Amino acid sequence: MKLFTFKGGIHPPERKELAEDKEIEVFAAPKVVYIPLIQHIGSPLDPLVKVGDEVKVGQKIGDSKGFMSAPVHSSVSGKVLKIVKHPFPVNGYANSVIIENNGEDEWIESKAVDDYTKLSSEELLGIVRENGIVGLGGATFPTHIKLNPPKDKVIDTLVINGAECEPYLNADNRLMIEYGKEFVEGVKIILHILGIKKAVIGIEENKEEAIEKIQNLVANEDGIEVGVLKTKYPQGGEKQLIKALLDRVVPSKKLPSEVGVVVQNVGTAKAIYDAVVKGKPIVERVLTVSGLGVKTPKNLLVRIGTQFKEILESVGIDEEKTEKLIMGGPMMGLAQFTDEVPVIKGTSGILALTEKEMNSYESRSCISCGKCVSVCPMNLMPLMYAKLARFKEWGEMDRYNLMDCIECGSCQFICPSNRPLTEGIKIGKAKLRGMKRK
Amino acid sequence: MNKKLRVSPSPHIRTKETVENVMWDVVIALTPAILAAIYFFRLGAVKVLSVSIITAVVSEAIAQKLMGRKIQIKDGSAIITGILFAFVVPPTLPWWITMIGAGVSIILGKMVFGGLGHNVFNPALIGRAFLLASWPVAMTSWIGVDGKAGPTILGVLKEHGFSKVLDMFGNQGAMYTKLFLGNVGGSLGETSVLALLIGAGYLLYKKQITWHTPVVYIGTVFVLMWIFGQDPLMEIMSGGLILGAFFMATDMVTTPYTSKGKILFGLGAGILVVWIRLKGGYPEGVAYSILLMNGVTPLINMYTRPRIFGGVKNNG
Repeated sequence: MKLFTFKGGIHPPERKELAEDKEIEVFAAPKVVYIPLIQHIGSPLDPLVKVGDEVKVGQKIGDSKGFMSAPVHSSVSGKVLKIVKHPFPVNGYANSVIIENNGEDEWIESKAVDDYTKLSSEELLGIVRENGIVGLGGATFPTHIKLNPPKDKVIDTLVINGAECEPYLNADNRLMIEYGKEFVEGVKIILHILGIKKAVIGIEENKEEAIEKIQNLVANEDGIEVGVLKTKYPQGGEKQLIKALLDRVVPSKKLPSEVGVVVQNVGTAKAIYDAVVKGKPIVERVLTVSGLGVKTPKNLLVRIGTQFKEILESVGIDEEKTEKLIMGGPMMGLAQFTDEVPVIKGTSGILALTEKEMNSYESRSCISCGKCVSVCPMNLMPLMYAKLARFKEWGEMDRYNLMDCIECGSCQFICPSNRPLTEGIKIGKAKLRGMKRK
Repeated sequence: MNKKLRVSPSPHIRTKETVENVMWDVVIALTPAILAAIYFFRLGAVKVLSVSIITAVVSEAIAQKLMGRKIQIKDGSAIITGILFAFVVPPTLPWWITMIGAGVSIILGKMVFGGLGHNVFNPALIGRAFLLASWPVAMTSWIGVDGKAGPTILGVLKEHGFSKVLDMFGNQGAMYTKLFLGNVGGSLGETSVLALLIGAGYLLYKKQITWHTPVVYIGTVFVLMWIFGQDPLMEIMSGGLILGAFFMATDMVTTPYTSKGKILFGLGAGILVVWIRLKGGYPEGVAYSILLMNGVTPLINMYTRPRIFGGVKNNG
């Protein structure tokens, strides 16, 4: 069989085995949920409720008129306790609605659609937005914007990212295995919204069960096919995925729409199905709790707003050994300073990492081995960034195409000297953005 | 959680490989050639090797101490320089000259640039170049093919021509065999092609070097020597070409990092070796070819920048 892939990349230890065969368990809704009023890339939302209000599951509690936004909904029924700054897994603190669960699980009235094919793209995009759907792979880009590409771009193919190339994570894998039907329906709804016929679902070779399941499900679907990808990181990078599956190259600094493609994540497709067919906004998501610091790694269906702490306590955490707490995967995930942060829409995983699996190593001088250059999936020269950042040569970093970096971390993973490459890159990008704004 | 969590940017995992692993792989790869050197040159080899390695390590420690740095001699890089320096001098070199040479390799070749990773030139070759200028006689007192004092094959070739070289061995076949196994005169570590190739194979297998530079370097010398009517097989098996190609022209710090750059480096070094051997004053040109190309490496790196994914052309 032909395996699709791209040039460069790395093979970190997968550690999928910790949880890949664990069926998704429903995690009981907690007593209190902490729902941040920003769970997307874009501007924060305004609260639509006040302290003391009674809310139901699925009720919209925050929205914004800003273009780049998606509303948030209550994940439990109960009473609004507070609206305050609370630890937030993306950066520090965020204004959050804190709701006490009354345990009734009362839902709002469903706005399910009987036959989505009778609705126009605009109507469906409205439903997608109203249900707060954002990219569930972790990037949390508002989906209604992504599914509405510029009118001058002709889209012909939908690419579904089922690569899940980050080590440890199994959320998308389990979704495809256990909710394959709903997922495929979601893909069909997206095709309808885009008004196109062709979809390719890219899945890495190491997810045999998911590949088989989805291949059977799409066997009789015209235009939807599965592309088996080589297991390699970052196979799920948007540009890498498009190159691997369609052999199309997204030009530097351009979006996939430039080559006629829209990319969506597995979880997002399932969420679109839930929103349209069941009338359910995003109030919960599937995530993987893993890492060698976790006693029984699992895949869980968790309410948005559940604190990491409660999840970690239930699966058992070895506090002694755990050095880092990560939201997301070990390659691109975010290190947390506290376990009081809540699960948000972008939480694909919660990892408790030990010294043993991180392989920490004191940073040394660059020995110019060029390994970072050979693994960079964007063909950049990462070793230059650490050097240039040290001398504050931001303009020079731009000349080395810094802005094309997808921050996959492959360069720093492979570096025998453990140079702070991604740190230099992140600082450089922030400085350059600041310079360009002026 | 009561414990203080560590917070730093992603990625949160890294390869198990460290600078130490990389360096010790090279040391392991040099071992067959060390054994061959001791086998062929006996006590002379042991003396030069031990003086060179000890001096290299000690001078690195002293330099790091004086520079107020952490002492990192355990990373193995000084040991490599010590071995490589011993490999490019005659087995008869007096111990005190060996010591000066190894010290110069580390101090002038590496530490004055800022230590590991910052040097521009191959440290061992800097030491060799320094000694060649300071003690030219000691540096060219070889043990010949017959085990007694005498010139190397390339020396004989330069002075008396190819027929004289053949006379020394009897016939061409015997010459190739001896060159391959290593019982011929020359620097300590460059004589046994076989031992060097075993080590090179290990480095290729461990992916610490790639084929690009060595193959292009040796190939260039082979083809050009053949074009110029020389015996190409003899040319690539004598002098330090195999040693230089696999262990010095592949030094990560001082050579280009892209495949394209590595190919250019090999090509340039190959042309220089042929030029020096045929036209220059020295019978042998590997050391200078690599040093000269080390100097050009930053330029090669600049011109062989990979084209970014989705980019039309370099904008640098």
